[in-house]
Amino acid sequence: MSSHNANPYIPFASQILEIVSHTNREHTFRMAFTGKVKPGQFFEVSIPKYGEAPISVSGIEPGVSVDLTIRNVGRVTGELFASFGVGSTVLLRGPYGNGFDVSLYENGECVVVAGGTGVSPVRGVIEHLAHTTDAADKHVIVGFRSPEDMLFRADLERWAQALDLTVTVDGAPEGYVGNVGLVTKYIPTLELRDPATTTAVVVGPPAMMRFSVMGLLERGLTEDHIWVSQERRMCCGLGKCGHCRIGEKYVCLDGPVFRYDLSKDMID
Amino acid sequence: MGFELSREGLDRVLTELGESYLLYAPVLKVGEGRFTDADVVRYDYVSSVEQIELAHKSDYAFKELLTPLSETLFFFTENECKVADAEARKVIVFLRACDLHAVKRLDQMYLANGPQEDWFYRRVRDRVAFALIGCPESFDNCFCCSMDTNVAPEGWLFSLEQTDDGYRCVVADEQLTEVFAAQAVGEAAFEPAHVSANDTVVRVPESVPVAIYQHSMWDEYTARCIKCGRCTISCPTCTCYTMQDVFYTDNGCVGERRRVGASCMIDGYTNVAGGGQYRRTACERIRFKVLHKVHDFRKRFGYDMCVGCGRCDDICPEYISFAACVNKLADAVDALAAQEVSADE
Ligand code: SF4
Ligand code: SF4
Ligand code: FES
Repeated sequence: MSSHNANPYIPFASQILEIVSHTNREHTFRMAFTGKVKPGQFFEVSIPKYGEAPISVSGIEPGVSVDLTIRNVGRVTGELFASFGVGSTVLLRGPYGNGFDVSLYENGECVVVAGGTGVSPVRGVIEHLAHTTDAADKHVIVGFRSPEDMLFRADLERWAQALDLTVTVDGAPEGYVGNVGLVTKYIPTLELRDPATTTAVVVGPPAMMRFSVMGLLERGLTEDHIWVSQERRMCCGLGKCGHCRIGEKYVCLDGPVFRYDLSKDMID
Repeated sequence: MGFELSREGLDRVLTELGESYLLYAPVLKVGEGRFTDADVVRYDYVSSVEQIELAHKSDYAFKELLTPLSETLFFFTENECKVADAEARKVIVFLRACDLHAVKRLDQMYLANGPQEDWFYRRVRDRVAFALIGCPESFDNCFCCSMDTNVAPEGWLFSLEQTDDGYRCVVADEQLTEVFAAQAVGEAAFEPAHVSANDTVVRVPESVPVAIYQHSMWDEYTARCIKCGRCTISCPTCTCYTMQDVFYTDNGCVGERRRVGASCMIDGYTNVAGGGQYRRTACERIRFKVLHKVHDFRKRFGYDMCVGCGRCDDICPEYISFAACVNKLADAVDALAAQEVSADE
């Protein structure tokens, strides 16, 4: 089956090629997928009799697979963790949403600020930036709640070699070696040559996004150079169920990625 | 062409139509209202004109046919996913002008919002045609004239209204002219009755400033509204739903996926995995709903969502008036604009 069935509610089957465990409740499922997809888009993971859950794309192997990084927090994800392994077939719908246009960030200076599971939708963006010729001008700040909550450890090590990476945790037990503090703490000291032309991507919990954007604006970035990704309850992904609406926008169709100046007046 | 018919004549027309169509119309259900002993007018299948309630507004809209409160999409067995069968017969839905305008809003959302049509809505929508119930006078709480939905010039096969000694029908569909002509007691040129004024007049603001979101005009609703969602269930233009999977057997082998009506007024509507929730208070939800009906939808699609049927005002157990709220909104917007002007001076 292709991802463009006449009946868009019918999911297609996709095999689990690999499972990477980050923490005991967060795994990345590498799913067979040959269609077109962008970082920041999402799929509905559809488990019959349990329901559907929107999961953003955390990695792409074009023509081969997509990565879905999933936290075990609900009925659908609980069943996925309990009963599905490498080689199992999972039903998916998607991809949905606009996703990130990585070409907007590849030239010149760029700042990515991501918190917690917000790292998933921007992982593809960071991966792209790590492969640019001026990767030293790409600044990435990622934050996790604690050292145990860290995702994508192997990627973090690789990215640290290629671009300016800051990894931080909100809090850590005594003796922890590494940055401790919120992501916003690292924005004022970013080495930016020309903030007015610098682009930025901010993804994470609502308060973290709000304060990060404030910090970037204080540094002199302009509102139309900042992109954010909104998390809402995506139930259909098709612009029908209404759950994701904010004002005249539907996050599943018009987002989840929005340019900040065009979305700052979107009020729930 | 307009025809005058006796009750018996119209019944013979309906019988003949019944050979090709199911007939879906407002019906008075005695003692099935929201209080014991109260009556309610809701939609059901009919076969004679006597069953059709023409003298009152229906408490619930026709939309149950197009967007059922609970609709099975698929059946699941061990390793199969089968789309649920649907009724195949065509249906004529009897509705008033405002509700015919509401159909346009449902179509907008289900067929034209986003790149793909809603497959299940399309399936039922293609079976449905309409008969317009004329409105000789306005009912309580109606404000169709304010919303420009009091006249429905097209989109119906024929119209129907009661007269002192029988019924009048305007037939727009030429294929049906013969059926009506054969039973008519008279012919005349006329248009379906429509109202040209309502007691309730609503003023919709052209646009709303961001400051309106924080305005104190919404505050009273936190204490008054009980978040029951009746206003959205009775609204002919509300379309939201939630997917819901169920299994019937203990071992979980057999089950189905449904969609069930959802409401932005009810708890749980915005819950995201892990416990996040938006718009916790009733005043935020009223603001969200009201702005959708008279602003946000228009900003996206070019016309207002609310058709002024007044059902939300009829049904609210707390006597909250949507119409009054929109007027309050228009006043608040004017006041904010006046402040701006005086601040500029
Ligand atoms: S908001 Fe109220 S008046 Fe407007 S269409 Fe819905 S039920 Fe009718
Ligand atoms: S406005 Fe009235 S009908 Fe609507 S949710 Fe509140 S109390 Fe219920
Ligand atoms: S998720 Fe259903 S309308 Fe956006």
